[in-house]
Amino acid sequence: MTTSPLPPLEGPVCPLPLRHDQTVVMGHGSGGRMTHELIQNTFLPHLSSPWNTGNDFAALPLSQESNVPAGLVVSTDSHIVSPLFFPGGDIGRLAVCGTVNDISMSGATPLYLTAGFILEEGLPISMLEKILASMKIAADEAGVQVVAGDTKVVEKGKGDGIFITTTGVGLKDPRYHPAGQSAVPGDVVLISGALGDHAMAVLSARGDLGFETNIQSDVAPLNSMIHELLSAAPHTHVLRDPTRGGLATSLNEIAAQSKVNITIFEKDIPVHTPVQAVCEMLGFDPLYAANEGKLIVIVPPDEADAALASLRSHPYGREARMIGEVLPNPKNRVLLKTRIGSSRILDMLAGEMLPRIC
Amino acid sequence: MSDGFPLADGYRDPTLVATLLAQLHVSVTHPWVIMEICGGQTHAIMQSGLDQLLPPQIELVHGPGCPVCVTPLELIDKALDIASRPEVIFCSFGDMLRVPGSSRDLFSVRASGGQVRVVYSPLDAVRLAQQNPDKQIVFFAIGFETTAPANAASVLQAEALGLTNYSILVSHVRVPPAMHAILGSPQSRVQGFLAAGHVCAVMGYWEYPPIAEKYHVPIVVTGFEPVDLLRGILMTVKQLEAGTSEVENAYPRLVTREGNPAAQALIQRVFEPCDRSWRGIGNIPGSGWKLNHAYAQYDAENKFDVASIQTRESEICIAGDILQGLKKPLDCQAFGRQCTPQNPLGAPMVSSEGACSAYFRFHNPMEISQ
Repeated sequence: MTTSPLPPLEGPVCPLPLRHDQTVVMGHGSGGRMTHELIQNTFLPHLSSPWNTGNDFAALPLSQESNVPAGLVVSTDSHIVSPLFFPGGDIGRLAVCGTVNDISMSGATPLYLTAGFILEEGLPISMLEKILASMKIAADEAGVQVVAGDTKVVEKGKGDGIFITTTGVGLKDPRYHPAGQSAVPGDVVLISGALGDHAMAVLSARGDLGFETNIQSDVAPLNSMIHELLSAAPHTHVLRDPTRGGLATSLNEIAAQSKVNITIFEKDIPVHTPVQAVCEMLGFDPLYAANEGKLIVIVPPDEADAALASLRSHPYGREARMIGEVLPNPKNRVLLKTRIGSSRILDMLAGEMLPRIC
Repeated sequence: MSDGFPLADGYRDPTLVATLLAQLHVSVTHPWVIMEICGGQTHAIMQSGLDQLLPPQIELVHGPGCPVCVTPLELIDKALDIASRPEVIFCSFGDMLRVPGSSRDLFSVRASGGQVRVVYSPLDAVRLAQQNPDKQIVFFAIGFETTAPANAASVLQAEALGLTNYSILVSHVRVPPAMHAILGSPQSRVQGFLAAGHVCAVMGYWEYPPIAEKYHVPIVVTGFEPVDLLRGILMTVKQLEAGTSEVENAYPRLVTREGNPAAQALIQRVFEPCDRSWRGIGNIPGSGWKLNHAYAQYDAENKFDVASIQTRESEICIAGDILQGLKKPLDCQAFGRQCTPQNPLGAPMVSSEGACSAYFRFHNPMEISQ
């Protein structure tokens, strides 16, 4: 123990502010607030349309003269993942399910996909075939056809094996209108199952955790579960798949789109024990961890029980829970009622999700 | 959470929390200012919302125990310089990537082609050194007594493997000198300490009785779950109410008086005490560790010519006052307006353990929206 004389205190000091608005950094791809800012400040000033309503899909009219969405829904999604194969899935299954799910969040039935492939020189053809076979299985499960595609090859070192972009087209059922801006106070918030499986499965598969887990990615096409859900709860207000940025980020998006408060209860949020353990060890929060086969459902209270029963009757929704409610205030905010009876803000993911130091 | 986490569930039990809170309400009769020294505790308090359940007489102030927050700008600038070199793979714990240096951060270095890797352990960096003999692997060895043993072990492992391409940029700091600095400041308001449980798991708490005696403050070794924290607070309050200033251990399932002798031996073999500048606080004599003479060849500051890099911080925010517990994040004009986690003005907003970040992410929304 030191007994040295006390130092003079220098007083308030601080580094200069540093914004990442000049260069793209990894945080811009996190799906959290930095991604939103990039879209708002950089993309939308150049590429915007009245049909862009801030959802992962666009519902469109069938002719340019019309200003009424007439049942056509499109969405697009690019897929990068390392490693390409992980417990429970691979980039091919991810690429089909990602776009199928984005279309399905509008309540539409996904029908056709296109797929663009950027292949890195040196990728074994056998690995490509394995990925394509996995896409076929996922497409068959989802009941969609891949109707067109494109292939480009980049030099060794200029890609990560394979990048896949899929675009999907679906047709809307005029009876259903789920959308991010439709949550109203009084609604009930459901989640279709446990959080963080995909993120932690991919993290474990990278092999740098120093321990092994049996966590499986949840990557799955959700359209059949949604189809059954909408029959049971036709007035469902919001459907959203909490992918990058996790449940916390998706709920923040919905709270802002609908100008409401969403309050969820920590004790009710399902997380598998191995996922919780990895998160505790590394300093991650499962509420921010990516999912690829989970669904947030926001329904009027009189349809909540039917919605929950419908989710639980589907293989991908067996662990569905009611986790929260929609309130009028404070608007645009998500609150978490903690297990010990306190409450706190649940903010969007700020940038890249980073492990803690100690 | 529904499946639970068996290792911690008992320490998050709402019934136990309620019982301890009731005891606390009965015990407290005067207003008391208690500092939790560790950023991990600040984070845990905010994450569970424990601060809002405490009796109003108890004010928790947040200490300097966030390693990201107190790493001096000069060392961050040195890290950025080293990480930018083409022959280097720079390895760091994740949080450190976001901390701004004078003009950029490690994210920016990575975006402009620097090889910056997030690792979970310094031993991962040693493995990289084995796999990349033509590269220099540099690990950013920051943190308190908790991370020092593993960082020391990485140097010993590199030595055992005969690696000449591994070095560490050391910014280790020690808790007891910081407690002296805080309590010795004429502005100090701190009346009791929650000592950092994980630091004590390594170092024990034999260093604390002279501090408790000299400044007449109770010091209670405290853990990180809600029940642990409440137990620590309750023991501190009971001492404050009784007018005693003892060192007590509220975290006996992990901490002994002597700590972990094997870990301490690793530290002593590789490091020696040095003066260390703390971001926001200033130079504290004897408050750091650096590599000793025998291991100087593993010191990245020696290996790379960065001695000429000297920086001084500009005076914008009140990070220094926050790290010393003189002010709260909500006292800052910039908080939540110009200064947010994705646009941090000060280090406490950067790290997930930083007090400002914890406030921003978790605090009562009514207070923030004002």
